[in-house]
Amino acid sequence: MNQEGNAFNPPHQSLPPFSRVIVSGGTHGNELAGLYLAKQWLQGKARGLERQTFSAKAVLSNPRASEVCRRYVDVDLNRCFTTECLNSPDADDMPYEIHRAKELNVLLGPKGSEQAVDFICDLHNTTSNMGVSILVYQDCHCFSLHMFKYIQSHVKSAPVYCAIFNTPKDRAYSLDAVAKYGIALEVGPQPQGVLRADILSHMAEALKLVLDFIDLYNQGTEFPSCEVEAYVKDKDFDFPRDPVTGELTATIHPERQDQDFQVMNPGDPLFQTFDGKTVNYSGSQPTYPFFINEAAYYEKKVAFSSSNKVSIRIPALRLQASAGGANRIS
Amino acid sequence: MTTYLNGVSLPPSKRVSIFGGTHGNEMTGVTLVRQWIKNGAEVQRAGVLVTPFIANPKAVERRVRYIDQDLNRAFTPEILSLVERKDLPCEVKQAQEINRLFGPKGSKDAYDVIFDLHNTTSNMGCTFILENSGDDFILQMVNYIKCTLGQSSCHVLLNEHPELKYETTRSVAKHAVGLEVGPQPQGVIRSDILKSTRQILKYALDFIQLFNKGEEFAACDLEVYVLDASVDYPRDQHGDISAMIHPHLQDRDWQPLCPGDAIFLTFDGKTIYYEGEGTVYPTFINEAAYYEKHRAFVTTRKKVLPAKGVKIRTV
Repeated sequence: MNQEGNAFNPPHQSLPPFSRVIVSGGTHGNELAGLYLAKQWLQGKARGLERQTFSAKAVLSNPRASEVCRRYVDVDLNRCFTTECLNSPDADDMPYEIHRAKELNVLLGPKGSEQAVDFICDLHNTTSNMGVSILVYQDCHCFSLHMFKYIQSHVKSAPVYCAIFNTPKDRAYSLDAVAKYGIALEVGPQPQGVLRADILSHMAEALKLVLDFIDLYNQGTEFPSCEVEAYVKDKDFDFPRDPVTGELTATIHPERQDQDFQVMNPGDPLFQTFDGKTVNYSGSQPTYPFFINEAAYYEKKVAFSSSNKVSIRIPALRLQASAGGANRIS
Repeated sequence: MTTYLNGVSLPPSKRVSIFGGTHGNEMTGVTLVRQWIKNGAEVQRAGVLVTPFIANPKAVERRVRYIDQDLNRAFTPEILSLVERKDLPCEVKQAQEINRLFGPKGSKDAYDVIFDLHNTTSNMGCTFILENSGDDFILQMVNYIKCTLGQSSCHVLLNEHPELKYETTRSVAKHAVGLEVGPQPQGVIRSDILKSTRQILKYALDFIQLFNKGEEFAACDLEVYVLDASVDYPRDQHGDISAMIHPHLQDRDWQPLCPGDAIFLTFDGKTIYYEGEGTVYPTFINEAAYYEKHRAFVTTRKKVLPAKGVKIRTV
């Protein structure tokens, strides 16, 4: 993935300035760091969203789930932003989150349109030991990867990773896909329903850098071409289960637990059955697991996701010269 | 109960149950109990009936702490004596069912021992939660575990607090033992937490077997943490929390906390200090399920509790 100058990877990339920037929290109502940051901003108790070239706006994405401190009320909101779901006909008995996704699409989108906001940074927590992870769901990497590089070079208190999902825009299901560009900021480990000062501080620090980066970019700072190390998601792995009942028969092996983004070689211990046996990784290639033992993914039948570690040369990034969008900075 | 020099003789413990899933999202107990229902060899002991039991199956099914109300607060005489009706809250019905199966609470027909397996998001290690400082049998059991696995292998939280004591699921049995192991997020199964829970329980069951076989356990002293007070988060006028556990306190369960030590950090960055009297030992620091109970942590005082010797009563 590091040839230069192909369609995926042009020698440099220019975009109009980013004037409409959204910071969303509470997309999952029991991931408390983002929820509390969003609440603080919406109640006017915290500053930090203003920059020279723009003012970010805070959104509380799933107020009803946040109210009851659950991931969701009816369905997972952060899977509702596919073009198909957003365009589905309205119905009275629609799950709450689909209703809310459509509402957010009106407010922040419409997805894929010129009117959509420029950037969404969606705040999440995980029970996995993922440090500060920049999740890039959409297929336009250059801007997000420069942003990741910027965050990674400034954050010292926690490891910073970038996971790329490469989902085509119309199938991208996460909230940030409503915007022209966006990332999810996933910070862990933090249990659901718990607010940890260290995790909140990592999230606040990374978010500040997201906004600083956009501001620098808007001001004309050029970010030179560089190499970034990222993890391209491969596939999801389920827990071993009883073939008859479907119940789990094993959990993550102690040697794999908390080892997100660390290499797993064929034959390495992966699961430990409840009667004490080790199940080794049977793949033929090394892989880099992440989202290891995330609480919310048991119901999705995901014990972890595998990824390939890649080095990507990203083109230089600078503000579009003929910034037709420059006057959009308000 | 009859007494002998420095000790008491007690009837054998013939019926023992291990509860998991009293809270449906505390996965260690759920996982172990399901495993032992399928294959109980690990927990069977000669001469003892050991019954693994999922205490709140509906909450387990939905992976939530409870459906209508906290089962582990539902074993009051009032709730247990409510007349059966279809529209009773889920946990009220379940409490009555448990009382029928393992009680009646306070009667001679009740089970001898119930181990109730819990998890916490707090960094509490393995903690026995006991409700009766006069229960020499259980104090001796904990002492046996500590002598076998090391003094730091487990802690004892003694809750006899007039306001903070609650009517637990396990209180149905003659000897009630809560085992709280953490840190583990709700809904997650960590193998390290499974392992330590299993190990503690193995020695607890071994103790029962030894006791039933006639082994005598001499009087001893046991270090316990006596529940002292519950501390809520600072809150704003709407009742929303306005501060979080200070990083200096987070994960420091059972470490001494002195007046002037940092306990909270407000969202605008101010530190709030502990103003209580004397050194206390905080625990249940930042437990997820306690936000709704208005509890940021509890404080305890360390005490050495004398336990009488115990041996089986021979007829």
